[in-house]
Amino acid sequence: MAGQHEASAFGMWVFIAQEILFFGGMLTAYAIYRNLFYDAFAAGSHHLDVTLGTVNTAVLICSSLTMALGVHAAALGKRKATVLFLLLTIALGSVFLGIKAVEYKDKFEHHLVPGAHYSAESLRGAHGEELPGDTARHSEIFFALYFSLTGLHALHMIIGIPIVAYMAGQAWRGRFGPAYYTPVEMTGLYWHFVDIVWIFLFPLLYLIPHHA
Amino acid sequence: MPEHDPDTNAIDKGQGREHRVEEFHGHVVPIGVYVAVFLALLVGTGLTTGASYVDLGIWNTPVAMLIAVTKASLVVFFFMHLKYSPKLFWLALGAAVFFLVLLLTGTGSDYVARVFLNLGNPGT
Repeated sequence: MAGQHEASAFGMWVFIAQEILFFGGMLTAYAIYRNLFYDAFAAGSHHLDVTLGTVNTAVLICSSLTMALGVHAAALGKRKATVLFLLLTIALGSVFLGIKAVEYKDKFEHHLVPGAHYSAESLRGAHGEELPGDTARHSEIFFALYFSLTGLHALHMIIGIPIVAYMAGQAWRGRFGPAYYTPVEMTGLYWHFVDIVWIFLFPLLYLIPHHA
Repeated sequence: MPEHDPDTNAIDKGQGREHRVEEFHGHVVPIGVYVAVFLALLVGTGLTTGASYVDLGIWNTPVAMLIAVTKASLVVFFFMHLKYSPKLFWLALGAAVFFLVLLLTGTGSDYVARVFLNLGNPGT
């Protein structure tokens, strides 16, 4: 059993290693374009709501704590606590996605979704001026990366929530205990990884300073 | 009254304990550790947002990334139990980080070199 647990966990870590490089490709594109078109990226970043971004970071950190406590409870064979913490994790994950939806709605309303109707009119430069033509054009790259990165991150959460729900159901039926709680622990690894991705996305997307 | 052999009893207890250890292969981290890590992560989030309002010149982004790496490390080592895991798991994560750095520096140095050598930029 111990060997199986270790094999599962190692498989999960290899999967996470693959995920790091999966996001890494897009992060590299982000790094290159941010350096090429810095002003456009700063202008785009300043349109994002730092308060909502900060709150969402805190919400996700809370969900990581409840997930960790859920795994902890499962390892100790505390059935009700496991279910409770997993349900709290789902609730917090849903709050995160809800706030993200509010933010996406704002981008649609301001025509900041890349495509035929994209418009940089609502974006402003370092001194409150409208963006010059080239910078306005390049700001679309910022929003393309914003939607790809946050969208892919949100997709990971949309996949994660039903998995956590399934684990809560299994925990409720008393499937886990000190001798066997591997699925809960693996779900935890996945959930924490998604939290880590956001820890990097938040400063990279929301907090690009105007200067430099 | 049945004869009582304290030695046998001790061995039984010992085996019982050993059995439990064998069954339970996880690492029970005290809840206090989770709460401390959680609080540190919240402080880190506040620091990241706060620091973004201070003009640090070219250092804004390095500071933000340093805080992010610290926060990520806390999650990896404590929430994800890497601190208590076999070194093989460290290798899996280390390999991913190594190739991510290679990807970033390899691609980045190509763009920097184009500027130095005046080769023109494919992106502009």
